[in-house]
Amino acid sequence: MINFQYARATDVDDAVRRIAANPAAKFIAGGTNLIDLMKENVERPPLLIDISRLPLDKVEETTGGGLRIGALVPNSDLAYHPLITSRYPLVGSAILAGASQQLRNMASTGGNLLQRTRCAYFYDTATPCNKRDPNSGCSAIGGLNRGHAILGASEACVATHPSDMCVALTALDAKVHVAGPSGARAIAFADFHRLPGDTPQRDTNLQPDEIITAIELPPAGFAKNYSYLKIRDRLSYAFALVAIAAALELDGSNIKEARLALGGVAHKPWRDPNAEAALRGRPATESSFAQAADLLLREAKPLEHNAFKIDLARRGIVRTLTQAANGTPQSQSNKKIA
Amino acid sequence: MARTSTAARPSGEPIPVPDKVSVTLTVNGKRTQLEVAPWTTLLDALRDHLDLTGTKKGCDHGQCGACTVLVDGRRINSCLTLAVMKEGASVTTIEGLAVDGQLHPLQQAFIDHDAFQCGYCTPGQICSAAGLIAEGKAKSADEIRELMSGNICRCGAYPNIVAAIQQVMGTGGRS
Repeated sequence: MINFQYARATDVDDAVRRIAANPAAKFIAGGTNLIDLMKENVERPPLLIDISRLPLDKVEETTGGGLRIGALVPNSDLAYHPLITSRYPLVGSAILAGASQQLRNMASTGGNLLQRTRCAYFYDTATPCNKRDPNSGCSAIGGLNRGHAILGASEACVATHPSDMCVALTALDAKVHVAGPSGARAIAFADFHRLPGDTPQRDTNLQPDEIITAIELPPAGFAKNYSYLKIRDRLSYAFALVAIAAALELDGSNIKEARLALGGVAHKPWRDPNAEAALRGRPATESSFAQAADLLLREAKPLEHNAFKIDLARRGIVRTLTQAANGTPQSQSNKKIA
Repeated sequence: MARTSTAARPSGEPIPVPDKVSVTLTVNGKRTQLEVAPWTTLLDALRDHLDLTGTKKGCDHGQCGACTVLVDGRRINSCLTLAVMKEGASVTTIEGLAVDGQLHPLQQAFIDHDAFQCGYCTPGQICSAAGLIAEGKAKSADEIRELMSGNICRCGAYPNIVAAIQQVMGTGGRS
């Protein structure tokens, strides 16, 4: 691994001061993605600021009836937290669909948002990559792009965001609380991650001198009618080809409120207000779900090797919405898709 | 004192080589002080500084699980953890599971069920299984398989690994 300096932040203000003084530095919490990228020479920070001991490790109910999750709560603790399993099971299910238990024990909630794409060309420093090395070109366009984006991609980048948890947080309208030199602010989850455009090196709208302090979930958790379905090349411990988070509020057999977000298909967790609007007020039937799927995928564009993802996503959306409507969420241990 | 590294970043200046840092760990019950460079992973600290070579380096990228150890009772990939970040932590490796020459029940169960072939992944499998049992989330064979998916066995001893874990969990069976 590269040489770097190491410092331990004493509190959030200290962490912000240190990163503002050295914008090339990186925060480290769980380290599961950053250390790997440093071993690969993709990330080369001169200084690591250890934030793992900051007191951001609580899960607390907010006065407004929501939940505030400290940025350093480990993924595994969050997945099994009683307030998550009882009120926001979509979040727990999505977390358990990702990584391995060892990694979930290490990885932090905030770090999960900031993990970088697993595009093989991004990792391979011998190949051009606009995300790693701006204006060097994209090797995935015209390369091996079976796992790449079908929505929202650009001429510069077709990478996908790897997180499962973020797909659920997108569906549930979470907020990201951050702190910086000029104080604290909250970012709507949909505005946190970016599409690649011509600046794919920027994954998020977090500023270089800001730190994530918490994730806030609004009161609506859709605990009765939800499902997270992840489709991948092996049954466990693999990134998604397509992942679907679905949450419904039903009024009899009609859909009162619908949430639908996709992972593995774009540079950010993909959510489409038009597809959700098309479900509201409609009967919870396969034809309603298929219509929403068509709407969500109307602008999907395949690359040479990933056209299968469009049909996979369409059928996955219908299946996941059906599971949600039936109150039979996908199990993350028994992988049979009912 | 700080020296200048010859390993400059491609687009940056050479950065000074940091001094070694002192880290205190309790490893297998024994308090140990180490002087390590900041980039020393917990895995390298265990193997190269403490000669505890039972913990294996497989992929060194968190993909295979061979480096799994227990830190403060939780299973983690020691290859993706910096030793310096674990200051004050309690680490249990495969060498620390047996008590007074008595094999840990998981070690005995792996022998009973022939739950390995080459044995390279075995220390990680056993430490991971110890973490799994402590977590208490896995009940069925499906759940064991899912929550052990971070440990790869290229010999394919998976059915026997699951059986060994079930034996220790007291659920028996080979389903």
